[in-house]
Amino acid sequence: MTPELGQLALILALLLALAQGVLPLIGAWRGNRALMAVARPAAAGQAVFVAIAFGILVWAFLRFDFSVQYVADNSNLELPWYYRIAAVWGAHEGSLLLWIMILNVWTVALAAFSQKLPEVFASRVLAVMGLVAVGFLAFIIFTSNPFGRLLPMPGDGADLNPVLQDPGMTFHPPMLYMGYVGFSVAFAFSIAALLGGELEQAWVRWARPWTNVAWAFLTCGIVAGSWWAYAELGWGGWWFWDPVENASFMPWLVGLALIHAQAITEKRGSLRAWTILLSIFAFSLSLLGTFLVRSGVLTSVHAFASDPRRGVFILAFLTIIVGGSLLLYALRAPKVAAGKPFNLLSRETAMLIGNLMFAVAAAMVLLGTLFPLIGDALHMGRISVGPPYFGFLFPLLMLPVVLLLPFGPFLRWGKGDAGMLKSMLLRVTIAALACAIVAAFFVDGHMKAIVGVAAAVWIGVGVLLYAYKRWREVPRGRRYPAEMAGMLLAHFGVAVFVVGVLLSESLSVTSDVRMAPGQTQHIGSYDFRFDGAHRTTGPNWRADQGVVTVTRDGKDIAVMHPQKRTYPRGQVQTESAVDAGITRDLYVALGEPMDAGNIAGAWSLRLYYKPFVRWIWAGGLLMMLGGFVCAADKRFRLKRTVTRAEPAIETRLQETRA
Amino acid sequence: MNPTRKRRLTIVVLVAVAAAVAAGLGVYALQNNMNYLLTPSQVQSGQAASYTTFRLGGMVKAGSIQRSSDSLKVTFTVVDAGGAMPVEYTGILPDLFRDNQSVIATGHMSNARFIATEVLAKHDETYMPKELKDAMAKAHAEKPGIEKAGNRE
Repeated sequence: MTPELGQLALILALLLALAQGVLPLIGAWRGNRALMAVARPAAAGQAVFVAIAFGILVWAFLRFDFSVQYVADNSNLELPWYYRIAAVWGAHEGSLLLWIMILNVWTVALAAFSQKLPEVFASRVLAVMGLVAVGFLAFIIFTSNPFGRLLPMPGDGADLNPVLQDPGMTFHPPMLYMGYVGFSVAFAFSIAALLGGELEQAWVRWARPWTNVAWAFLTCGIVAGSWWAYAELGWGGWWFWDPVENASFMPWLVGLALIHAQAITEKRGSLRAWTILLSIFAFSLSLLGTFLVRSGVLTSVHAFASDPRRGVFILAFLTIIVGGSLLLYALRAPKVAAGKPFNLLSRETAMLIGNLMFAVAAAMVLLGTLFPLIGDALHMGRISVGPPYFGFLFPLLMLPVVLLLPFGPFLRWGKGDAGMLKSMLLRVTIAALACAIVAAFFVDGHMKAIVGVAAAVWIGVGVLLYAYKRWREVPRGRRYPAEMAGMLLAHFGVAVFVVGVLLSESLSVTSDVRMAPGQTQHIGSYDFRFDGAHRTTGPNWRADQGVVTVTRDGKDIAVMHPQKRTYPRGQVQTESAVDAGITRDLYVALGEPMDAGNIAGAWSLRLYYKPFVRWIWAGGLLMMLGGFVCAADKRFRLKRTVTRAEPAIETRLQETRA
Repeated sequence: MNPTRKRRLTIVVLVAVAAAVAAGLGVYALQNNMNYLLTPSQVQSGQAASYTTFRLGGMVKAGSIQRSSDSLKVTFTVVDAGGAMPVEYTGILPDLFRDNQSVIATGHMSNARFIATEVLAKHDETYMPKELKDAMAKAHAEKPGIEKAGNRE
């Protein structure tokens, strides 16, 4: 009975979402306060019903209710309870439910914190969120109902894909979705601004922390996904330029451009139209990401149980959202006022170049990702675009960003100071060159590694110099407001990321070897000794487990246990063993027994020595932290600026009435 | 020139330059990195002649997997409805690599053998990539006569 209640809750949520999406818009248009006031309670009610539906699905998983098709497909009696909860978003239907659930979390937060926004504007923003929810709820109810029954009820379910049975699975999708869906707030703001015909600087200020938080969650989700792929799927790779990865990377890039564009718009009033356009694109790409991952139109190593039929619905939804908002943009954007002028040498220019690069990079990734579809449509045959395309273009596009990054904060708004810039240039160049020369002795002349060190020092020293400048010139207590601290953290994260990527890419040693028990392989400065393999079992798997002892100059470093797991339904999953360290990771993955029947004999193994690979994720986490810290700035919560905008609304309200 | 116009001009020039550079590099990078997916029968009919590297998709022929005794070299045969292609690969094969599994290998031809640098098998054992299914269906349609030849061998 309860699954039907879940279904009912979703239908009620859809009706409330309709109310939330339509009535306040009419209210804002006609100046009807009663209708506008519907937005908040409708949002709250919708959230309650979605939460009930979500809870019922979790409950169905926890009590093995295999009469629910989705539960039977994605869990079985042997699956531990924590993976049963993760299984809720392990496949299409449940992950959509998670999507809509998170959208409701954002909407409720928005409803709660937007009390001080002008009424008309707030109700428009909430209405747009409501319309997005209508689309997704309809999608769930009409095409992908998670509560569909399976009768007669089977005795046991199928299994969650073993790849997904990993701690990473418990938090990677929710984090990613927090980011994806979070961009809906910036989107709703922009649409509301376009509907109202103006974008007040104060509203951009109010939207900024939301965008920052969404972007930070997305960063977190991508970092978690990258780490998960490294440990679980990837045989030691951390990024593959796979369509599913690109799907999350595109909104990240546009989001990155957006948070910088919002800063310009908020502080200087410039680039309003561009900011609006970026927020439309960021959310559209988030939707496209959901579409790409879930529709199966693109071949991906991460594509799990996908269903192309549903693609049509998402495609239609995407067309309405993107087409509609771009149409609105075309009609209304010219009315958006221009801000203060700026000089060629100014912070605006530097940030604009960064913005362009991020946007172009996102377009580049989009082209490469969708190229198989384009090729298909043009009858060019079955084409895919290889990772070298991205690997060649992306660093090239980011080069100007890396070069400009240390100077951005030093440049003044409007008009920069050339003299100070020159002394900065001198300092970072000397620091980068000096460190590059020192590094050259340590990395055996690997050009990429030397470039990596130089680039990281270039950025890092630039950031530190700016932090020092603030320390020297600004009185205590006002030196590092949260916004500033967040910016410094995130920019420093870029330095850490860059050095991690280039050092691990250039200095990694990989070796696929055949090893008999007792044999030793020398990788980097480490000796890997294979001590044979044996059988072992876990909660719902059995495995062949290898034992690899790593020594360095005769000293024991680690004993590693890579596994080859077999799950009840015959799925095989490699569990690599990683010995993590700040300056290096040691990574062992078990291939297969050379003689299929004899697991005690020789095996194929993949051995890795990966220097500084953790720095990649550390850099990402610093960027994430920067996003969160930035959003905590008190300046974004000023009441004064918002109330100042109120009279304008009143007059406009009267205008619309008239 | 007034500041607004000057700024607009700057933006337009920047956008134009960036777009031109990006478009140029994009075309260059695309040309070098487009990988075509072909099935064994398509390769045998000479469609692979114009590509240095391409992806070969099909099923692993049952019983064709042979490992070398002293290295990681492995040979197997990839078949589709109308053709078969011997593949040589050195390295560790993916988890789900087994008989009758659909695989996609990236590599080049050398002496009528496909030398693979990468072999992918899907994680989901019932799943076949759409593009592979289509390519195999297409090859199937092109060569109705030798339909079963590949499987019977």
